[in-house]
Amino acid sequence: MSLLLESMSYGSWVLHALIWLPLVGMGVVLALPEERAKTVAFWWSLVVFVLSLGLWWSFDPESGALQMASSVTWIEAWGVHYALGLDGISLFMVLLTTFTTPLAILGSFNYIQKKERAFYALMLLLEMGVVGVFLATDLFLFYVFFELTLVPMYFIVGIWGGERRIYAAVKFFLYTALGSLLMLVAILYIYARAKAQLGFPSFAYMDLLRVPLTLQEQLWLFSAFALAFSIKVPLFPLHTWLPDAHVEAPTPGSVVLAAVLLKMGTYGFLRFLLPLFPGAAQHPTVVTVMLVLGVAGIIYAAWVAAVQPDAKKLVAYTSVAHMGFVVIGIFALTVNGVQGGLVVMISHGISTGALFLLLGMLYERRHTRLIEDFGGLARVAPWLATAFVITALASIGLPGTSGFVGEFLALLGTFESRPLMAIVASTGVIFAAYYMLPMVQKVFFNQLEKDENREVKDLDRRELTILTPMLALMIILGVFPTPVLERMEPSVRAVLERVEAASPDRGLAAEAPVVRDAEPVEITLPAVQAAAPDSRLASASDTEDTDHGNAQGGLPAADQD
Amino acid sequence: MLSMGIFSLPLAQEAAEAAAHAEAAGHFEPFLPGLIVLLPLLGFLVNGVLALVHGRRSADAVRRGEELDLDTGGRPSTHTLPTWVGPGVLLGSFLLVVANFLRMRGVELHEAVVVNYWTWMDTGAFRVEAALQLDQLSMIMMLVVTGVGFLIHVFSVGYMKDDPGYPRYFAYLNLFVFFMLVLVTGASFPVMFVGWEGVGLCSYLLIGFWFGDREKSDAGKKAFIVNRIGDFGFLIALFLIFVQMGTLDFVEVMGRAPDELVYGGALVTAVTLFLLLGAAGKSAQIPLYVWLPDAMAGPTPVSALIHAATMVTAGVYMVARSSVLFALSPVGSVTVAGIGVATALFAATIALAQYDIKKVLAYSTVSQLGYMFLGVGVGAYAAGVFHLMTHAFFKALLFLGSGAVIHSMHHALHHTHSHDDPQDMRNMGGLKKFMPLTAFTMWVATLAIAGIWPFAGFFSKDEIIWYAGAAATGPFASFYTVFWVLALAAAMLTAFYMTRMMVMTFHGSNRTGDEEAKHLHEAPLTMTVPLSVLAFLSVFGGWINVPEAIRNSFLGGFGALPMSEWLHDWLDPVTHTATAIREEALVAGGFLDGEHHYHGYLEHAPFGGGELTWALASTLAALVVVLVAVSVVRRWQIEPAAKAGEPQSGLKKVLYNKWYVDELYDLIIVRPVLRTSRFLWRIVDSVIIDGLVNLSGGLAKFAGFVVSLFQTGSVNTYAFILTVGVLLILWTVGF
Repeated sequence: MSLLLESMSYGSWVLHALIWLPLVGMGVVLALPEERAKTVAFWWSLVVFVLSLGLWWSFDPESGALQMASSVTWIEAWGVHYALGLDGISLFMVLLTTFTTPLAILGSFNYIQKKERAFYALMLLLEMGVVGVFLATDLFLFYVFFELTLVPMYFIVGIWGGERRIYAAVKFFLYTALGSLLMLVAILYIYARAKAQLGFPSFAYMDLLRVPLTLQEQLWLFSAFALAFSIKVPLFPLHTWLPDAHVEAPTPGSVVLAAVLLKMGTYGFLRFLLPLFPGAAQHPTVVTVMLVLGVAGIIYAAWVAAVQPDAKKLVAYTSVAHMGFVVIGIFALTVNGVQGGLVVMISHGISTGALFLLLGMLYERRHTRLIEDFGGLARVAPWLATAFVITALASIGLPGTSGFVGEFLALLGTFESRPLMAIVASTGVIFAAYYMLPMVQKVFFNQLEKDENREVKDLDRRELTILTPMLALMIILGVFPTPVLERMEPSVRAVLERVEAASPDRGLAAEAPVVRDAEPVEITLPAVQAAAPDSRLASASDTEDTDHGNAQGGLPAADQD
Repeated sequence: MLSMGIFSLPLAQEAAEAAAHAEAAGHFEPFLPGLIVLLPLLGFLVNGVLALVHGRRSADAVRRGEELDLDTGGRPSTHTLPTWVGPGVLLGSFLLVVANFLRMRGVELHEAVVVNYWTWMDTGAFRVEAALQLDQLSMIMMLVVTGVGFLIHVFSVGYMKDDPGYPRYFAYLNLFVFFMLVLVTGASFPVMFVGWEGVGLCSYLLIGFWFGDREKSDAGKKAFIVNRIGDFGFLIALFLIFVQMGTLDFVEVMGRAPDELVYGGALVTAVTLFLLLGAAGKSAQIPLYVWLPDAMAGPTPVSALIHAATMVTAGVYMVARSSVLFALSPVGSVTVAGIGVATALFAATIALAQYDIKKVLAYSTVSQLGYMFLGVGVGAYAAGVFHLMTHAFFKALLFLGSGAVIHSMHHALHHTHSHDDPQDMRNMGGLKKFMPLTAFTMWVATLAIAGIWPFAGFFSKDEIIWYAGAAATGPFASFYTVFWVLALAAAMLTAFYMTRMMVMTFHGSNRTGDEEAKHLHEAPLTMTVPLSVLAFLSVFGGWINVPEAIRNSFLGGFGALPMSEWLHDWLDPVTHTATAIREEALVAGGFLDGEHHYHGYLEHAPFGGGELTWALASTLAALVVVLVAVSVVRRWQIEPAAKAGEPQSGLKKVLYNKWYVDELYDLIIVRPVLRTSRFLWRIVDSVIIDGLVNLSGGLAKFAGFVVSLFQTGSVNTYAFILTVGVLLILWTVGF
């Protein structure tokens, strides 16, 4: 900590702080007595959130490059770096994570009754892992964080979950581990190619971007990466781990799972899949497959959600539908589509997170999740009902809420490239009402028949504290999303320009040359704005022993000071 | 009739002329336009907080097993403040609208004034402002929404004051007006869509206002979902427009459409058809009308405000707002007109056989909305808006009147703890004696809706029918001729079912029951005053747009009626581009000669006869129908509902059951969707996909075993060890 405080400016240390502070917090929680765990964990995560808020202002909205970047060689022989950086895409994912974590922790105060210390320690570890995923600019580091998130989540579901928690935890672990293992193979392959073509070993994102790959290679690698990310998203038909995990997970687990863990998948699409394999990403067949799966997910999940007897499972399926919007938005490969997809990611994080919190509150009161056990709750818990209805409406994309902005832009963007897909996907707005409103009605409206429901208490102060900021954000993002969109736009454009630049024939042509400084097109992504490819290449290739990560860190130097 | 010279000029020339006009005319400075919209939102917030406070209190009472008594120790402020806040903000908005209206009248405004507030969305490729558009059309709509809205808010004070949910009611009602104002003033399709879905939300909340009743909750849900089908169409239309034109601002789209879109092209036709789907959802047209009759589950003032006067006319407003697009698509226009007239006739037949007073009015609303669609479909945009306005007056009056009746019936039945239906007309009869003012004002509205001279509905409906006939001189002539005949037929049905309703309710002998009848009473002042104002408007509201031909005849007092075609001229800056496009197309298609074509276009109805002849004929026919209906219905032997039961046979049964359309939809849409949903869950998700997952899990285990013979271990351990190892390395290297 003292080292951090000595640093000159926020930009130079904040990213590290956001990763390591939760880990320190984890140690502190473990060191303190059991009964203080939750309070300490909450305040700790709140401090992390407050710290992260500075990003909003220190982030340069004009630039699409990686900002506040830094890099330290970590394992020299393998070319592994501890490299971090932030762009308009990761900025909001980080903020979403730091925003959700304290609320999820606050939401577990009553729910978690056993082994509290371990639980809150794991929550902080999870935060660290997720933030790391969003900040890492070294593929190896990314993979480490990506896998790291599995561990706390596995235990959170497996220890504090419901009756079938072991089954759900194992299913979750197997599904995701399988996907990421294939990704590891793909990562190692790129690494090998990079070593061969660049002349030095490196996992650094910036270096890997310069590795030319044939279309054939790209398609294979794309598939491996896409599988891992699609399982995370989850993309239909790889989604069946999600409902089980959600239903069995304790409230805070569900909240973090829905709000940020799923986003790691779609974030992966944007950060790695599209830029690393642009030829494959815009291959017509690939695009069609991804769009079809996205659209299928939207409709399929909505229909399946509509007949769920378990409210939590219903919401879990709606997650699949929402993430379908993100996927079509991304693979529309248009500015509107990707921007929309990103907004859906944020919006879904807030509204679905809030829905899981609300369902958790209901569970604490009634110890059931079955829709038919409720009814008429609006009479005894009007505030809870109000919060739930607003959240549900945000979730189904009512204009004026964040959900609409995202879905509208994602569909608009998709329509620009594939109108037919967009038309089919748009029926999702009908089916959203079809799954959400009957549930709301059966839980909160109708006759207050059951005596147990008569005893249900309304929201208390702690619960209000959790929900108010979430509700406010749903509305604010729905009414004035421009500041968010503005900050994302340059980064989104950078990704898309890179994809566009690699038309299929270029992807094939990329096979021959080893170092292609003649064709800067391949390197249009982030750092280009700051430095010419040649200089970077020079500094990188002749100094295997010097810290060539500094060259990267130095690129967006303007942002650091 | 119109300043016809303009229409023979080419569009470009005309635009130049308009620009010159604009320079010459004064400048319209909107007066606090944002506040017009903001006030109801503030009202919502205040009432919403009161509702939450009250909700908490009553929830505590429920938990104790009691009901909160409102009347011990004076009413709590949660039940006195809304009385002032609810209607108060509406009055404020209305006065602001009037002030702006007067300003706009003072200058010759040729272009819409757009007030930008903030950039709502800006992705770099798509930008839309949070902006209001003030022009002649939005001004009329705002006047109707806030004016009629204010009266209904006042009425609500009397109607709802004993309801435990009083503050919540006003919160929703204020929120509705806010969204409705956003809808009619939004300067672009997306902003309009905010209002569009927002009013749908409020409609949902208000239909299900008494949410403890499952049927009412269901009705709200049905309204929302059916409306979303329409919203889907609206969205697709937006996408199409954006992809073609790169913008969704009204001014831009309508200004550039004539140059950029091909007349009669596939694109503009697709746009209009998708827009029509949206409009059909909101305005309850075939095939999406089914939610509106169910929506009567809401409190009656809500039916008056949302499901008669304002929200349901949003589709008509939208078509009028997009008139340029519809004018560019003859197919789109004829479809609008066809849907409209079919709905008008179809709903009218159902209204013939309903016994629930609100159901009659509901189908009557669907039918009248059909007329408005016919109007905007045949290019009579001003006439469509005109009918929208007069309909807002007389239909709001009819609903409020029925509310007064139901209120009175409810009290009477409540006294004797009778479980008879207070809305069933078979339980009424002879109410005129008890509620003379209500009966009188409702008769005014009935004559207005029946289209009897000189009431408001006569002028507006007649104009629509006339234009439908006139459209029979253009493309799809035979279609329009049929529409014209059907529209006349529906008008006769209207006169009949409305008279039937009035006679069954107010005349003949009373069927409520002797004991109950003692408690029937006239409504309080807060209810009768709005009724009287609306009755006044139902008489004189039609005089603002009297066609030249009628004005100069004896029906117009030989020119004595004031404000000839005022509304027509007022809306001209909004509609003239569309009208000019239609005119040009007619000339180009050889349907009109170049000279004096306007007279040629309108002089004769399909079967001959001028405007005056047909107006006279239709009003006389309607009058005859009314008189006949009075004498016929009075002679009916009507049994109270409990005794009579449902009609058992024949056409009457089919009509009473609304042609079984709900049942049909249930069979071909609702149930298959539900069945498929269950299949997807139980079979596809749980058996097929998860089965494959388990299978591959098993295979992986096996493969893992095989691989482990050559390598070190199973995949999971590997991943886990990797993670832990990496953490260890991190630890040693980093610190």
